[in-house]
Amino acid sequence: MDRDATADVNAPHSMGTTIIGVTYNGGVILGADSRTSTGLYVANRASDKITQLTDNVYICRSGSAADSQIVSDYVRYFLHQHTIQLGQPATVKVAANLVRLLSYNNKNMLQTGVIVGGWDKYEGGKIYGIPLGGTILEQPFAIGGSGSSYLYGFFDQAWKEGMTKDEAEQLVVKAVSLAIARDGASGGVVRTVTINSEGVTRNFYPGDQLPLWHDEVEAHNSLLDILNASNPEPMST
Amino acid sequence: MLTKKGLKSPGYLKTGTTIVGLIFENGVILGADTRATEGPIVADKNCEKIHYMAPNIYCCGAGTAADTEAVTDNISSQLKLHRYHTGRESRVVTALTLLKSHLFRYQGHVSAALVLGGVDVTGPHLHTIYPHGSTDTLPFATMGSGSLAAMAIFESEYREGLTRDEGVNLVTKAICSGIFNDLGSGSNVDVCVIEKGKKEYLRNHLTPNPRTYISSKGYTFSKKTEVLLTKITPLKELVDVVQVGGDAMEE
Repeated sequence: MDRDATADVNAPHSMGTTIIGVTYNGGVILGADSRTSTGLYVANRASDKITQLTDNVYICRSGSAADSQIVSDYVRYFLHQHTIQLGQPATVKVAANLVRLLSYNNKNMLQTGVIVGGWDKYEGGKIYGIPLGGTILEQPFAIGGSGSSYLYGFFDQAWKEGMTKDEAEQLVVKAVSLAIARDGASGGVVRTVTINSEGVTRNFYPGDQLPLWHDEVEAHNSLLDILNASNPEPMST
Repeated sequence: MLTKKGLKSPGYLKTGTTIVGLIFENGVILGADTRATEGPIVADKNCEKIHYMAPNIYCCGAGTAADTEAVTDNISSQLKLHRYHTGRESRVVTALTLLKSHLFRYQGHVSAALVLGGVDVTGPHLHTIYPHGSTDTLPFATMGSGSLAAMAIFESEYREGLTRDEGVNLVTKAICSGIFNDLGSGSNVDVCVIEKGKKEYLRNHLTPNPRTYISSKGYTFSKKTEVLLTKITPLKELVDVVQVGGDAMEE
């Protein structure tokens, strides 16, 4: 065996991911799965890949966990300083541009693609995709991470201009659950963040309450069922 | 290089390790095994892997022993200076940020995988830190080569609101799972319980692998070298010393 059994545990921490950002009439919705893996090992099954930058701007992270965390930490720091100097909340465009600046200037060292989303009084809800090389793309919707390859066709078909908040949220949850079903590197729960003029709402959809797709079976004798049973004995069935 | 021709460079002292941590009712519990390895050799059978960071913060280390020791000592010193500067108790996030910045700067070459736990003014906190500088915030965490064995125990038995004793037992069980099922881990269980305003470092909380080969009669040693004669006989009294050839030294 030439493969070290511990190679996976020692592999750099990365987020095989599904991340999504969608605009609707009045704001944006960001969505992500919750799996963080090192090689084939799931290092964290409940991670939060939707990180706060300011009160009104959030970022969906994918790729190397270390790189995306350092980028968002720097951007959060710069935005707080910017907010104080300006005396008003930073715009989504400024936030996205700061991310782009770091991603582009350090493109040789960074392995991370992100989606920046938020709401400001000048331009309303905006989504910016900043993929690997550090380019910036203002988009009506953006998808990212390893799971996104399964979603391009779905979004071309299902995304509509001027959706309501509920329609958009259902679309995001459906898309992430579809990607979780087909992409081995995505999994766990679905997390969403809704940002509009009213503020921010976080939502959480547990893995056993997601819709079932082709060939999937109802959660059966899952870890939760076993733990809730009066006599937890995983090997009894 | 020579490594391609089959020459192996000498390895560093690595702690093939099981380290764990969990949050209980009113605090954090950290646990670790005590085996240090150097390739296939057990280099230390009872080493300490739960490092001191601050009076209210401790940190378990896996990876290269020298790195985990150096990085925790360094950050611990920075935290103490920070405390003198601010006059306040250290926070766990401060330690977390200092550790992750250091590890990110060295791009994974400082191989330290850490479980950081502590209780501060904002409550109990538990984090994992990977060698590349990424961090996670979790209610229960495992790291090291025995992390899979230990996580199997946590995933099946952890729940919210464990009591102190239940927590210590679960941590001990998880470390034992690493000790017995992972070749890189072994020997004893160290535990550290941190609560608001108090901590307990339970060194060798459990010793499931005592030495079995100690002679019940004790050991005897052979008699030391015996002194037979102490009289000194100068050689000059026994023989004539004759100078042969050469000039006498002049000044």
